[in-house]
Amino acid sequence: MANAIAETNKSHYLASLKQLGADGLPAWAEAIRREGEARFRAAPMPHPKLEEWRQTNVSDIVNTAYTSLVTPTTHNITPDAADGHFLGDGSWTELVFVDGYYAPGLSRTRALPDGVRVAGLGEAIAAGDAVAKEHLGTVLGKRGAFPALNSAFLQDGIFIHVPANTVLKTPVHVLFLTTARPADTVSHIRNLVVLGESAEATVTMTYAALSDTTPYLNNVVDEVVLGPNGHLQWHKIVREGAEGKHLATTEIIQARDSRLESFTAALTGKVSRNQLCVRLVEEGASCSLTGLYINNDTRLIDNALDITHAAPHCSSRIAYKGVLDGRSKTVFTGKVNVARDAQQTDSDQLSNNLLLSDTATIDAKPQLEIYADDVKCTHGATVGAPPEEIIFYFRSRGIGEEAARAMLTFGFAEAVVAEIEETALRDSLTRHLEAVFRVGGHST
Amino acid sequence: MLEIRNLKASVDGNPILQGIDLSVQAGEVHAIMGPNGSGKSTLAQVLAGHQAYEVDGASRVSFLGDDLLELPAEERARAGLFLAFQYPVEIAGITNASFLQAALNETRKSRGLEELDSFDFREVLEEKMKLVEMKADFADRFVNYGFSGGEKKRNEILQLAVLEPRLAILDETDSGLDIDALRIVANGVNKLRSPNRSFIVVTHYQRLLDYIVPDYVHILYKGRIVKSGTKDLALELEEKGYDWIREETAAAL
Repeated sequence: MANAIAETNKSHYLASLKQLGADGLPAWAEAIRREGEARFRAAPMPHPKLEEWRQTNVSDIVNTAYTSLVTPTTHNITPDAADGHFLGDGSWTELVFVDGYYAPGLSRTRALPDGVRVAGLGEAIAAGDAVAKEHLGTVLGKRGAFPALNSAFLQDGIFIHVPANTVLKTPVHVLFLTTARPADTVSHIRNLVVLGESAEATVTMTYAALSDTTPYLNNVVDEVVLGPNGHLQWHKIVREGAEGKHLATTEIIQARDSRLESFTAALTGKVSRNQLCVRLVEEGASCSLTGLYINNDTRLIDNALDITHAAPHCSSRIAYKGVLDGRSKTVFTGKVNVARDAQQTDSDQLSNNLLLSDTATIDAKPQLEIYADDVKCTHGATVGAPPEEIIFYFRSRGIGEEAARAMLTFGFAEAVVAEIEETALRDSLTRHLEAVFRVGGHST
Repeated sequence: MLEIRNLKASVDGNPILQGIDLSVQAGEVHAIMGPNGSGKSTLAQVLAGHQAYEVDGASRVSFLGDDLLELPAEERARAGLFLAFQYPVEIAGITNASFLQAALNETRKSRGLEELDSFDFREVLEEKMKLVEMKADFADRFVNYGFSGGEKKRNEILQLAVLEPRLAILDETDSGLDIDALRIVANGVNKLRSPNRSFIVVTHYQRLLDYIVPDYVHILYKGRIVKSGTKDLALELEEKGYDWIREETAAAL
């Protein structure tokens, strides 16, 4: 019985927690681990009978007894190898994590405005950083077994703090590299991003692998706090290895008048589940969640969005697009909860899917729970093949059908990428799409 | 250049073209006029190779010596046939420049010519853009995406200018254009007229023919060419209206 294996693996994880030992974490951080452990004990492992996992079959993950990494792996990554994944022109702060642990020797640190911290979370905890202490563990809700397990294994990840009235002009890029580490290991990566009142920042998180044959799991939790009138551009790029699996929960809490622009790209990796929860807790907050997923072979991509409108006059927008090929499985959920007091909520969501094969499947569903009466909420989803009329247009210009489909598919994805403000990231994604869809360097 | 003999085409079993005969010589401009539903756009689409139409086996169309009906749409284009669409489609995510570069290079490849790189293509494109009075940013906008009606039609003429076809079919390129946009489009077309290039101008309105003066005018009605003449025929039609054709055709039957 699958459940029996899941329960055995649960015991396995709980037993392996002991390996963390007494690593001298301050009591407040140790308390986060203990709470995580308790929640993990109480939470069922993902199972198709749970509504949240009904369409998302992660039995491969649940049935694997992953070894949790509790110390940094030995690796021989040269700065050149890391450089290949950098996005900036040299002026950016680009921090590298290897198998979940901060690697200062590979990172580019640049002078930052007064009071801004961009550091390993492990360091920040050890140093007793007051901001980390105030927020860590407070944003993440009860999101099931794996996020709880992440808390139980709390060790390292990125910590970013931009204090009030501070504008981080150059973007921050955080690169999580997975090496050809022992098979079936899991990194529990914990990230904390805090923007103070009227603070502004652009943060890009990239998950990449140095091996396409190593089976591994990255179990990620992001906690993000957006202070009043803060503005965050948040980009997450999943480029895990071909045998890599990515389970992530990003939980964001937005104060009054704050603005969030989130872009999530699920490009590669065997499994990519990105749960993104945004809570608009005070008036005037707005979020725009866009995304792109490129699915093929027998891969699984799940974007589970969950927006809570807890206050009046907030707006949210969801616009995700995906290209589905092979025998891939895709799940898209746009859950929007509008609380009774959240009058004048403006919320819309759209999921557009380009279906390239008869054997690819998608389950796209909006879930609106509206308890306020004066709101504007719209939703829509499309799934379709490339329209024949457009193919004919290409052909009438001398471009054959195969090339037309490739260009059209590229264009479908590129239209999402084109909306990204950050040029370096946009160009990097465009190059990726050109390679994937074999559309050769036409763009200028 | 183009010889059409007894062209019959239907869609979903409904006959639309009921036997068209038409000869177009190099350098000529032929206007095809007719009321809505007469088959004008079908003729244009059938010649361009749209697969939605079933062409009768006895129909013959030769284009520069090729059996046109045997060629798939992309090969017709590479052979030098161009259709300016009545309703150009929007293609998000593909810039005008990259679309046209790909199109031009496909044609060049098929003729054994070297492909143009982005740099050389830019020069060609910028020169042609002046022809249709396009702002520089058009090159980097997505194909027809968010374009106004007039911009879309101008974009068709830009494509025509870049691809330099031997035969261009303009399918109601004037419909929905205000007079300024019409002038720009017509000027572009007129600059592209040459002894080697022919045009078939499909239109509902005589107005266009004040700007693009045709050598011949044909009136299409119920899938047949019922009258042919010089540009004066268009003026007569303008004066008498399409009812005149309907009555004459009814009388002839």
